[in-house]
Amino acid sequence: MSEQQNTQNIVEVTDLCKYFRVSRKATLKAVDHVTLSIRRGETLGLVGESGCGKTTCGRTMIRLYEPTSGTVKFNGKDISKLSGKELLQFKKDAQIIFQDPYASLDPRMTIGEIITEGMNVHYRYSEEEKRKRVHELLNRVGLTADYANRFAHELSGGQRQRIGIARALAVNPQFIVCDEPISALDVSIQAQVVNLLIRLQKEDQLTYLFISHDLAMVKHISDRVGVMYLGNLVELASNVELYDHPLHPYTKALISAIPTADPEEDMSSKQIKLEGEVPSPINPPDGCRFCQRCRYACEQCRKETPVLREVQPGHFVACHRCEELDQSQKK
Amino acid sequence: MDETMVKEPIPKEKFQVIGTDDFSGDVIARPQIGYWKDAWRRFRENKIATVSLVVLLLMIIMVIIGPYINGINYEDIDQGALNQAPSAEHWFGTDALGRDLFSRVWQAGRVSIAIGVAGALISTVVGCLYGGIAAYFGGAVDTILMRIVEVLFSIPYLLIVILISVITDSHSIFTLMLALTLTGWCNTARLVRGQMMQLKNQEFVLAANALGVSPWKIIVKHLLPNTLGVILVAITFDIPGYIFSEAFLSYLGLGIQAPNTSWGALASAAQQTFAFYPYQMFFPALLIALTMLSFTLLGDGLRDALDPKLRK
Repeated sequence: MSEQQNTQNIVEVTDLCKYFRVSRKATLKAVDHVTLSIRRGETLGLVGESGCGKTTCGRTMIRLYEPTSGTVKFNGKDISKLSGKELLQFKKDAQIIFQDPYASLDPRMTIGEIITEGMNVHYRYSEEEKRKRVHELLNRVGLTADYANRFAHELSGGQRQRIGIARALAVNPQFIVCDEPISALDVSIQAQVVNLLIRLQKEDQLTYLFISHDLAMVKHISDRVGVMYLGNLVELASNVELYDHPLHPYTKALISAIPTADPEEDMSSKQIKLEGEVPSPINPPDGCRFCQRCRYACEQCRKETPVLREVQPGHFVACHRCEELDQSQKK
Repeated sequence: MDETMVKEPIPKEKFQVIGTDDFSGDVIARPQIGYWKDAWRRFRENKIATVSLVVLLLMIIMVIIGPYINGINYEDIDQGALNQAPSAEHWFGTDALGRDLFSRVWQAGRVSIAIGVAGALISTVVGCLYGGIAAYFGGAVDTILMRIVEVLFSIPYLLIVILISVITDSHSIFTLMLALTLTGWCNTARLVRGQMMQLKNQEFVLAANALGVSPWKIIVKHLLPNTLGVILVAITFDIPGYIFSEAFLSYLGLGIQAPNTSWGALASAAQQTFAFYPYQMFFPALLIALTMLSFTLLGDGLRDALDPKLRK
């Protein structure tokens, strides 16, 4: 990448691996050689099935986990080398919103205490300033000021998720990892929360990593979308490009599975059905992770692990045969 | 119904965008109530637990004032009134040396309850620190600390008590406490460790970590308050455990020595003449049973009241 592009990127992930040792012999490769970058002010969607490493990837990016190998650069600085004041500054700049709104708020703290927790670390406010700031934040996420004295158990799922957002916003971050923030909510509440996130992004020029398995919602909120399969990033492209013109066989299958709103359209003819189950990420075999379920798998796929490469400008795919398949389909 | 009306499409002008409601999606209906207030409300709804609490409070009051009520010192020997049945003068009767049982039973209660409460406190403090350290550091530290607990846990405490009384050559209340708490904290340590391990990976702890909150503050503000419920319940189960252990040891003659007494020691003394003077056994046995039952039921009630999952 050129120098000019580097300054645009807020997060640069290079060859990131995160392995968990399950036992003496088995290693769970949750994130395996992932390379991606997030531009300042954009929303990068990250989709994939359960257990494909989306959450681990997001958490490693804000240093909740130490990476096994590879680097994460935030504003050009390697986050694993930060310490002291720089680390504190990084923790202020990079925040996270969690999936489960029931587990992410301490049941014994009032909402006011939860929101001020981060402020106490990074700012020196007087009690009066804190109160004002909490009210302001509550208003910004669409709640009233009298929520400050309540406990998390008195709130509904959507309200709790708004508190989770307010807690992250309290330290004025630049980058927020949204770790499936809507998957635990009702559909009507999902829309409210996503629209709130979009509005906050415009107001504060935030950058999001939006992790989800809801393809339609990712399409709605993201500028670019990455697809993960079993710890690998298999495709990364702009929103429109990925949904209209997917290149990786796995992405094609995923997108064909999005339900349409038209009841008269026949879904079954267009849907690509995948055979078999997702293999275990513990001690995965060499070669392409997808080859056991891919109908186009060849000898090369079983031996060599495909590397993510730029097939078209801005469209990255990790597949040996994607051009060949694309050509044959066009014919 | 007019069928043509149904088939005709509704003209677009009749629709109007009223705006999507981003705010005030839902309103709180429940009045504001604090965590402890809520727990207290649920505790009071549990009748059995409330009765146990009242019984225990009465018991504590009686243990404090009981020895002075009828004006007879628990140590006074009345040679003219040996082994008397309950009467107007001696409400619970007298023992083989002519000592008033009413005064003695409450005096014994002081020792028994004091051992129960002090034992539970010591094991809670030690257990919390030990379990907390094991859970916080995890890994090898946790493995080593927990193996030590398992070894201690597997030694029968009767053996420890006998060994300690032989080594220290005393039967004082402190030796007894030492012997009882030496392994008594193990259970609490396990409980606290388990709870903290579970909390450590909760998302609100991760969130605090992501915000840059220091480990010390995470322990004090998140981990300890959320373990408090488990600890409190463990205390209420520990107290009757210690009372019973003391009674059991005194019954065997390894516990409290005369002229001081405890419920266990009273029952032990009465056992020799049980066939002739059953009331001497009845009162201390009744009080042991009542206290243990009340503490256990109180613990049950507390556990239910403090569990956030049971909140309605």
